[in-house]
Amino acid sequence: MTTAEAPAAREIPYVSAVNEAIRQLMEADPDVFIAGEDVAGYGGVFGVSRGLLGEFGERRVVDTPISESAIVGLGVGAAAAGLRPIIDIMFMDFMGVCMDEVVNQMAKMRYMFGGKARLPLTLHTMAGGGMNMAAQHSQCLEAWFCHIPGLKVVMPSGAYEAKGLMVAAVRDDNPVIVVNNKLSLGMKAHVPEELYEIPLGKANIVRPGTNFTIVATGRMVHESVRAAEMLTADGLDVEVIDPRTLQPFDTETCVESVRKTHRALVAHEAVRFGGIGAEFAAQIQEEAFDYLDAPVGRVGAPFAPVPFSPALEKHYIPTADTIAAEVRRLLGKQG
Amino acid sequence: MADGRKGTYPVAETVAPVVAEYARRLPGCLTAPAAVDSIPWRRSDMDVNREVLLDLHYRMLRIRLFEEEAGKLSEAGRIPGALHLYVGEEAVAAGVMAHLTDADQLTSTHRGHGHLVAKGGDFKKMYAELFGRSTGYCKGKGGSMHIADVDLGMLGANGIVGGGPPIAIGAAFANKYRGTRNVTVCFFGDGASNEGTFHEAANMAALYRLPVVFVCENNGFGEFTPQAKHQAIRDVADRATSYGMPGLIVDGMDAVAVYESAGEAIERARRGEGPTLLEAKTYRFFDHVGVRGMGVSYRADEEVLEWRKRDPLLSFEQKLVETGVTDQGSINALRERVLFEINEAITFAQESPFPDESQLLEDVYAVSGGVR
Ligand SMILES: Cc1ncc(C[n+]2csc(CCOP(=O)(O)OP(=O)(O)O)c2C)c(N)n1
Ligand SMILES: [Mg+2]
Repeated sequence: MTTAEAPAAREIPYVSAVNEAIRQLMEADPDVFIAGEDVAGYGGVFGVSRGLLGEFGERRVVDTPISESAIVGLGVGAAAAGLRPIIDIMFMDFMGVCMDEVVNQMAKMRYMFGGKARLPLTLHTMAGGGMNMAAQHSQCLEAWFCHIPGLKVVMPSGAYEAKGLMVAAVRDDNPVIVVNNKLSLGMKAHVPEELYEIPLGKANIVRPGTNFTIVATGRMVHESVRAAEMLTADGLDVEVIDPRTLQPFDTETCVESVRKTHRALVAHEAVRFGGIGAEFAAQIQEEAFDYLDAPVGRVGAPFAPVPFSPALEKHYIPTADTIAAEVRRLLGKQG
Repeated sequence: MADGRKGTYPVAETVAPVVAEYARRLPGCLTAPAAVDSIPWRRSDMDVNREVLLDLHYRMLRIRLFEEEAGKLSEAGRIPGALHLYVGEEAVAAGVMAHLTDADQLTSTHRGHGHLVAKGGDFKKMYAELFGRSTGYCKGKGGSMHIADVDLGMLGANGIVGGGPPIAIGAAFANKYRGTRNVTVCFFGDGASNEGTFHEAANMAALYRLPVVFVCENNGFGEFTPQAKHQAIRDVADRATSYGMPGLIVDGMDAVAVYESAGEAIERARRGEGPTLLEAKTYRFFDHVGVRGMGVSYRADEEVLEWRKRDPLLSFEQKLVETGVTDQGSINALRERVLFEINEAITFAQESPFPDESQLLEDVYAVSGGVR
C-alpha cells in the first residue's frame, strides 16, 4: 500500500476535535449556539471555541458575564424554548456555583412537566488535575451528576471520543454533561473529518484481554492501558474498557468481559469514596458474582481535596503504577 | 526592628517611624500628628499626614516588588501553577489596608497576593506557599490562589470568582455578634460583580447593617472580556443603591484617594452604620495570568501605556519627592531593603522542604473539641 493511495489517517489534538465537532454541529443546525465565559472573543481559555466567533458571529457565539447560574439557566430556558444550546462552564469546579440550575431545573424539568418539555442541552466542561491548580480548579465531580435522574454524562478519553461524544451529546434531546480532561487536550488521535456520532451508553473495548478487566474513565483509560502493558510481565492479559458514557452506563459490556476474565478493577481520577467506580463495581458484582475470583477493586484519588504542591499532587492522582499495584494486590486476594 | 510575631521588617532611615508603627500594626498608629502640614493632594478633611503617605508608599512598594519577583519566577517556570498578579492595582490594597488592624478581616480574590502583602503578610511564608513548600502559609496545599493568613484576618485568596462576598458578610456577622468594632473588607472584581453571590451578600449586608466594606477593584476586565462586554453599566458603585447602601467611586490609581474613601467607609462600618460599596477604578498592567500584558489580542497596547502613565507607585513616588515628603535617595534605599528581604524570602522558600506524602491526608478535618 502506498501513501498516495491511502493517505495517513488524519491525527488532530483532542482540543481541535472538540472545536471541529462544535463547528460542524453549528454548520449543520442553525439552532445550535454556544455560550460561556470568554468563549467568543478569546475562543475559550482552553481554545475549544477558537475561530467560532469569526465564522458564526456574536448571535451564535456568546460571551457571557461571570454568572454561572444565569449561564446554565440561559441554556435551560433556550432549550425549553426550542434551541439546542452548548453551554460552557470553564472548570468543572465552578459547577458548584450553578448546581440548582443543573440539578433542580435542567435535570428534572421534563419529568416534572409530565414529559412536556424537551431539553436538548449540552453542558461542556473541563475536569482534572495535574496542573498544580489546587483544590478549586482540578476536581472530577462527575459522580455528582451521574446520581441525578434526568442527566446524561459522558467522559471522553481521547480526541476520537471527544468529537464523537460531543456530536452525540448535542444531537441528544436530553441534557448531557460533557466532561473533558485538561491534561488530555493536547493528545492526538485519528479523528475522521466528517460528523460522526459515538452512541451514548455504549462502551468501547480499548484493549482486548483474557484474564483481567479494567474499567477506566477519561484520562485513566490511557493510564490503564499503560498498566496493562506493565502487567504483561506478570503473565496477565488485561482487557481495558472505556465506558465513554458514565450515565447511562453500559453494564452489559463490562459484565460480559468479567464473565470471561473473572477479575476486575475500576479506575478513575475522582476521589475513590463515593466515586462512580463504586457504582460500576457494585453493578459488576451484582451481575457477575458467580464469575468473580476476587473482589472488584477500585482505584481513585485519596479522600482529600486536590493539593497544590507538585510534591503532593503527584501522589494524589492515580497513575499506571497505582493501577498496576492495585491489580497485583487484588490477585493476592483471590479466593 | 523585631515585630514579635511576624519576623523582621527592614527599615530605611526616613521611614523608620512609620515602619516601626506599621511593623507593630497598632490600631490607631495612623492618626499620629502630621509632620507635613499641608498635603497638596489631600481631598477630604481626613488627616493625611506624612506618616500616612510613607505608609501607603511602603505598602505599595512591597506589593510591587513582591509581584515582580514572583512574576519572574513564574515565567522562568520555577513557581508551579498559575499566578494572577496585582501589578497596577497596588493603590487599592494599600489605601484600604492602611486603616485595618490585625483584628479586622478581609476576603480576597484569585488576585490576592497584594492584599496579603498590604495586610502585613510574611514574605517568607508567601513565597514558600507559591513554591509549594511545607513552610508556606498553607503548608503548600493552597498555592497562589488560596494563600491565606487567618491570624492576620486574611480569610484567603479564592479560586472561585465571587467566592468572597458571602464569606465576608459571615465574618462581619461574627464581629457584630460579638460586639467588636472590627470590620471586614471584601475585595472583588468588576467581573465578580456579576455573580449572584455578590448580590445576595450585598443585600444581606445592608439588611443586617453588617460592618463590611465591599471594595470593587474595577480593572476593566474579567479575564479577557472588557467591562463593556460583561455588564451594561459603567459604575459598579451604581449597584449599591439598589441594596440600600452608599456607593462611592474612587480613583484606584491614587493611594491617597483610596485611603480617604476607604477611611470613610470603614469608619461608617465601625460606627455600626452598615456596609458601603467602594468602587476603585484601576487597571492590571500584567496579563490575567502571568506577566506579559502587552501585545495581547484582547486590549490595545496604547490603552496599557495610557494607564501606565498613571502608575500608582511611580506617580506617587514622584509626588512624594516633589513635595519633599521624602527624597529619591531614601526611596531607592527602601527599595533595596525590600528587595533584600524578598531575596531572603525566596532563598528561604527554595531551601524549604516540600510537604511529605504523609501530609496529603492531614487537615481535611479538624480534631473536634471546640463546642462548649
Ligand atoms: C466561579 C468562577 N467562574 C469563573 C472563573 C474563571 N475566572 C477566574 S478569574 C476570572 C475573571 C475575574 O474577573 P474580575 O472579577 O474582574 O477579577 P480580575 O481578574 O479582573 O482581577 C474568571 C472568569 C472562576 N475562577 N470562578
Ligand atoms: Mg476585573
